[in-house]
Amino acid sequence: MPVESLFPRLEKLLPQISKPIQYVGGELNSQVKDWDAADVRWCLMYPDAYEVGLPNQGVMILYEVLNEQPGVLCERAYSVWPDLAKLMREDGVPAFSIDGHRPVKAFDVLGISFSTELGYTNMLEALDLAQIPLYAKDRDETHPIVLAGGHAAFNPEPIASFIDAAVLGDGEQAVLEMTEILRRAKRDGLSREETLLELAKTGGVYVPRFYDVTYLDDGRIQRVAPNHPDVPWRVSKRTVMDLDEWPYPKQPLVPLAETVHERMSVEIFRGCTRGCRFCQAGMITRPVRERSITGIGEMVEAGLKATGYEEVGLLSLSSADHSEIADIAKGLADRYEGTQTSLSLPSTRVDAFNIDLAQELSRNGRRSGLTFAPEGGSERLRKVINKMVTKEDLVGTVTAAYGAGWRQVKLYFMCGLPTETDDDVLEIAEMAREVIRAGRQATGTRDVKCTVSIGGFVPKPHTPFQWVGQADPATIDRRLHLLKDAIRSDKSTAKAIGFRYHDGKPGQIEGLLSRGDRRVGAVLEEVWRQGGIFDGWSEHFSYDRWMTAAATVGIDVAWYTTRDRDELEVLPWDHLDSGLDKEWLWSDWQEALSEQDLDDCRWIPCFDCGVCPQMGTEIQVGPTGIKLLPLSVVTPVV
Amino acid sequence: MSKQPPGAPPPPPVQRIRLRYTKRGRLRFTSHRDIARVFERALRRAQVPMAFSAGFSPHPKVSWVGAAATGVSSEAEYVEIALAERCDPEAVRRALDASLPDGIDLVDAVEAEPGTSLPDRVQASSWRIELAQVAFADLENAVRLFLAEEAIEVERMTKNGRRVFDTRSAVVSMTATVGDDCAILSMVVQHVTPAVRPDDVLTGLRSVSDLATPVPPAATRLAQGPLTAEGEVADPLAPDRVAAGLTGALAGATRQVDEAVGVQPLASSEGKD
Repeated sequence: MPVESLFPRLEKLLPQISKPIQYVGGELNSQVKDWDAADVRWCLMYPDAYEVGLPNQGVMILYEVLNEQPGVLCERAYSVWPDLAKLMREDGVPAFSIDGHRPVKAFDVLGISFSTELGYTNMLEALDLAQIPLYAKDRDETHPIVLAGGHAAFNPEPIASFIDAAVLGDGEQAVLEMTEILRRAKRDGLSREETLLELAKTGGVYVPRFYDVTYLDDGRIQRVAPNHPDVPWRVSKRTVMDLDEWPYPKQPLVPLAETVHERMSVEIFRGCTRGCRFCQAGMITRPVRERSITGIGEMVEAGLKATGYEEVGLLSLSSADHSEIADIAKGLADRYEGTQTSLSLPSTRVDAFNIDLAQELSRNGRRSGLTFAPEGGSERLRKVINKMVTKEDLVGTVTAAYGAGWRQVKLYFMCGLPTETDDDVLEIAEMAREVIRAGRQATGTRDVKCTVSIGGFVPKPHTPFQWVGQADPATIDRRLHLLKDAIRSDKSTAKAIGFRYHDGKPGQIEGLLSRGDRRVGAVLEEVWRQGGIFDGWSEHFSYDRWMTAAATVGIDVAWYTTRDRDELEVLPWDHLDSGLDKEWLWSDWQEALSEQDLDDCRWIPCFDCGVCPQMGTEIQVGPTGIKLLPLSVVTPVV
Repeated sequence: MSKQPPGAPPPPPVQRIRLRYTKRGRLRFTSHRDIARVFERALRRAQVPMAFSAGFSPHPKVSWVGAAATGVSSEAEYVEIALAERCDPEAVRRALDASLPDGIDLVDAVEAEPGTSLPDRVQASSWRIELAQVAFADLENAVRLFLAEEAIEVERMTKNGRRVFDTRSAVVSMTATVGDDCAILSMVVQHVTPAVRPDDVLTGLRSVSDLATPVPPAATRLAQGPLTAEGEVADPLAPDRVAAGLTGALAGATRQVDEAVGVQPLASSEGKD
């Protein structure tokens, strides 16, 4: 079947919509391979606007990994805004990939990367625009396999009827293995069902249709069991062990349109064992696997050449924790001295940060902002969540930053954490005031500011907090107002402290989707049918639409969110294996309740969270002792 | 803490180069901000020795002259860059052009005549607008009615809210011709404030006639520069060429531009992926 570009039809619509450039493709380092020369064709979608989706590292990495393979073609798609969606429906233009503008429905796989559950409605919109049946059961051999990945795939139960399959964990090797299975399946003429079975048999691809869920009278799950003899009881996550063997993206995409992150990003390690109990990312990506200092240096050099970016982001879940971060920062600052190339560490722990590091980061080019995340307002609460930072650490570090020339820092906290009281939250105001007072003293000026930014806590699967009842929106909103009043009450510092927060309502819906089971899918569909899309955007999110939809389909939102679960309850994701022992998670939850902190297994003996023995993995950290050498002087082209 | 970063200030500019670039094919959907970002990155990839502004956030010194609106093609957009080292303008053009995406093509480069202002020279634009599914007679009639008026007011949302302004007086000349499956509107429009854009003139044409444009019109700026006494748009870089002693090279530069125009359909669809 010949596949034509949809661009001529799209081109007529583009003058009528806003920001048309996001739909034309052609980014630097993007590629359009010959359709007919490929036997396996992937469309990778990030279910959010182009400006958010394009910088996504997961999509960028897999796009390149797949396109490097002979006979494999990979293109990208992002969510289209309502203005274009309306015109596409009017003109019958189906959803397209932005590289070759080929119909999404013509690909073999539609892989959707979910960083957050709030992208689920955009998946339904994308399937509908692509003219692909909404329910997996209604698709046939002519439709793509709809595959979910990303962190939200660790509990894909709310979208189980819409997806054909999900992959847990690192995608690099997984997509290549799946490609081989799909190639064989196509060659041998397997049916859709047979192809999905081949994928499920690997034990690393979750195919919801091969698992049945039964429920108890009180609504809790009785059992999740495979309904086919060749399918494993539990599906395991994937772990890439040697990051230096996977130096992707080698040729990062550089957009024409403006996007949220415009920088050359290098993942300096994957995984985190700090053990913050609220952090799903830290729990499901264990163990820590560092990229070597030389591997990082090579990626930065190649990436800057390929992109022309003026900022290098050293990414990870807690970048200052790399065993050689000081040498990396100094080595890169030396190499790029005088080239207006700045370095940034987007995630920095207060206790791992120091001013020498900060100075290296800002030595060349622009000085980026500093954000610290104590997460909890009181020492007690920080023990509960295992974010062991003292107030003295924080005030000392921020003061040093002010002393070194920074004038503005951002402090990030959560509200609605387990066991939290009003007093815990009010201590945030006290901490911010101390930061300002100490900063004024250290700098001798009143020209220091901090912004307190607050997010609502959402309990996530595969964390020690997966059993806890979520704080309801009213409680969160009341505490935020108390905090706001407290910040404002001290006139001497009020003007120096900014306060940003979101109300508790979106967090409750995120909570419903995070810990939801298959029955929650009906809410999702109803919300989308009532016009719900782009739920991660406050201007599109409608709490009332979600609550009305839940009532329509008979789902009790409170039961899914604010209810405490007990140890023996079968959780919707128990058959999905992140490597963490459920017993260990429960004991860590009990230690949280008794305010016991737990150190990082990089520095203390193994505490048996279960991941390494179960997954056959190990911690991979330096130091290597190697230093970055200066690059040979490049002769300019001009 | 001082207001300036430690260390020596960046070196001052030693040379300014004026460049003419295009916005062709699907690249016409870039906004001006998009082009500025793309251009800054291309400067880095091409390792052009740019002069930087001082301060904590140094930026390469790039000055833009006007800019065609998003969705509008152009054969004649201009930008001026300041360099910290002297370079051959043609070498800069070649290196930069190779770093820019196809569609944003650098077609001319010349060293700026010191002490002159490029924006001052850009007084009018020459436009070509393809109106698909429009009969030549309908367009010709609309043009006749338009030119017969003294003033034609239209309304548009601007940055400062809804504004009413005259489109007729900015139009120096206007003709209709027959194209491939379309009627073609050619016109010279003066740069005034608030700007009269091609779509404003089309609004004006529709307001004086029953002209209907079923398909979004495709506008291309063919030239911009000084307005001559004959009502034509001249090359804004001509004085720089004279100052650089390049008058002999003028014909060559012009030919090169024409060739570039020749290989590229001006505003037609570029749907072949």
